[in-house]
Amino acid sequence: MSYRLPARPRARFSYTRWQQRFAPYLFVSPFFILFLVFALFPLLFSLYLAFHLWSPLDGLGNWKFVGFENFALALGAQDLFWQTLKNTVWIGLLAGVPQHLVALPLAFVIHQSLRRYQSTLSTILFLPYITNAVAIAIVFATLYSERLGLLNYARGAFGLDPVRWLGDPGMVPYSVAAVVFWRYLGWNVVLYLSGLQAISEDVYEAATVDGAGRWQQFWYITLPLLRPMMFYAFTLTIVGNMQLFEEPFMLLNDGGGSGGAGLTTAMHIFNTAFRDLDLGYASAMSWLLFLAIFALSMVNNLLFSRGGER
Amino acid sequence: MKKGLVSALAAALLLGQASAQEKVTLTVAVFPSLDSSIKAILPAWQKKYPNVTINMQAQQYADHHNAMTTALATGQGLPDVMAIEVGYVAKFAEGQGLEDLNKAPYNAAASKKLFTPFTIAQATSSDGRFIAMPTDIGPGTFFYRKDVLDKAGVNPVNMQRSWESYIAAGKTIKAKTGAYLVNTAASVYGIIIRTNLKSGEGIYFDKANNLLVGPDNARFVRAFTLSKQIRDAGLDAKVGEWTNEWYDAFKKGTVATQFSGAWLQGALQNWMAPETKGLWRVQNLPERSFASWGGTFYGIPSKARNKQWAWEFIKFMTMNQSSQIAAFEDNGAFPALVAAQKNKVFSDPVDFLGGQKARVLWRDAAAKTQPIDVNKYDSVADQIVQTELTNVLEKGKDIKQALSDARAQILRRAR
Repeated sequence: MSYRLPARPRARFSYTRWQQRFAPYLFVSPFFILFLVFALFPLLFSLYLAFHLWSPLDGLGNWKFVGFENFALALGAQDLFWQTLKNTVWIGLLAGVPQHLVALPLAFVIHQSLRRYQSTLSTILFLPYITNAVAIAIVFATLYSERLGLLNYARGAFGLDPVRWLGDPGMVPYSVAAVVFWRYLGWNVVLYLSGLQAISEDVYEAATVDGAGRWQQFWYITLPLLRPMMFYAFTLTIVGNMQLFEEPFMLLNDGGGSGGAGLTTAMHIFNTAFRDLDLGYASAMSWLLFLAIFALSMVNNLLFSRGGER
Repeated sequence: MKKGLVSALAAALLLGQASAQEKVTLTVAVFPSLDSSIKAILPAWQKKYPNVTINMQAQQYADHHNAMTTALATGQGLPDVMAIEVGYVAKFAEGQGLEDLNKAPYNAAASKKLFTPFTIAQATSSDGRFIAMPTDIGPGTFFYRKDVLDKAGVNPVNMQRSWESYIAAGKTIKAKTGAYLVNTAASVYGIIIRTNLKSGEGIYFDKANNLLVGPDNARFVRAFTLSKQIRDAGLDAKVGEWTNEWYDAFKKGTVATQFSGAWLQGALQNWMAPETKGLWRVQNLPERSFASWGGTFYGIPSKARNKQWAWEFIKFMTMNQSSQIAAFEDNGAFPALVAAQKNKVFSDPVDFLGGQKARVLWRDAAAKTQPIDVNKYDSVADQIVQTELTNVLEKGKDIKQALSDARAQILRRAR
């Protein structure tokens, strides 16, 4: 006896099912398309270029493979790359270290004693961060002006000689660092404030009951509990300062000022790529800069994880 | 056979007729203040070619050249006519993205002799392609404050004799009036390396791409030595160009001389220091040397859509006397076209310079400026040598050492 199996329902095209299956991909695709076009492609292209000699004026496709020559060139003794890396680290330290030494206590004081004015104060401190770089450059160029500037005018009032803020190669890193310090101080204060707000009031109350003073509270409660935020803020400062470009470029033009004392690696890469049209060399230096930032971030990571994880 | 030829000719004629009637939009990419020159000439162009609309795309100097570099790299977004400043013309010449104007249908070879000779070399690549037509030039002279020199009792002619006498005069000026000789010692370096070049030499490289910078090159040693002498004697104001201090020095007469292209007169008169009218004079550079500051060119990208009209436009801007005079009168763009320099406006006295017939002097300087070979690594060499010069001036580095360090660095980069 044989009987037929009932016919399976024919798989019909179902719009709803298709939608359910593919619509999510469609909706998330803008991010991936943008990421592919504006992040992944340039990344891979610059890695490719780092091993080639190419001037954009030769047109696409006319690149010449040179192996590790571009890297060797940058790492060779007395090349500008080292000089600019030294400038970058020096300016980064001059601006970054005081930033945190000031921002942390400032945030603590605002959080503890000036809470009523907290939003006003953070707005004021945050203003430089969102100010247009060109406006900043104009204001500081005026302040720093050797003969006409306010700073030297003030020095003159005390009978001091004028300083060539942007002319003396020894002075340039300090002048640039001061602007960077001023600009990102508020950013760090806001970071620390939000970190402080996450610390429970109970801890402080308990400490007060136990008779701990302000200083002790700061040292034994605030600092340890702020650790994760400090790690985050330090990392941002390292990454940001190592890529420093806007401030020195605006103050000193593309040459980096007198003797190139304010020429940062990012500026040097920009000049190499768009003024000297040596895209391969610029790409190689970009990757070396990336490695330098990566290494410094790892050091930072190491310092924070040591004795951390409590 | 014959019939075919006739009909082909007729068709070509008809096509020509049609294209003359057709509306064309020509894209011209420029930077300031060239846009101002073009605007001054545009009415005449529209009158002659009413069917060709000029779509001018002006961007700031650096942005314009960056945009053009990108456009040439990708072949996308290219204009029909591309303005190129002298600082970029060598690099653009070495690339392959611009039309060789020596070839048909341009056949510019015959027109070259109409222009001030040194500009032709600037727009010619090392393999002999001629990629852009010159429109304006910046013949070099030195500006001096007559009132300051008079006060110091210095005869300007003595300052012209040699660089040594120039520096000696500077010492007198400083002692008698307190004014500095020059804005920065580096500007003296800048002229010495640009003058007295042998034929076939560029500033940093010779025709065969050999690097000239080094401790054995007399031109560089002298440029460094004289700059250092000026710095050591306290004769330079240590003021960079295009800074507030620079403008202030012009206004107050705290710096007695300034080396520059002819265009500085227009800038002083229009915005830098209009109140100093009548106090300035110009004369040739020391040691009868001639140099040029600035210059502008027009090129046609190989992928341009309207090459034929682009060429008409360029010819109209560069080879037409009245266009060149219009640009000169609009913003002081000194004509590259020799015939335009013969116009009577050039023998007019310049009020700002106390009625001096300065344009004759500039014309003469332009004619005597020698062609300088350009190299695509000039900007690399320039930055490295400038940095070493600062080491010499600011940190007391030994000159020979600085030059051999510069040589080593440039050799690594120029590949």
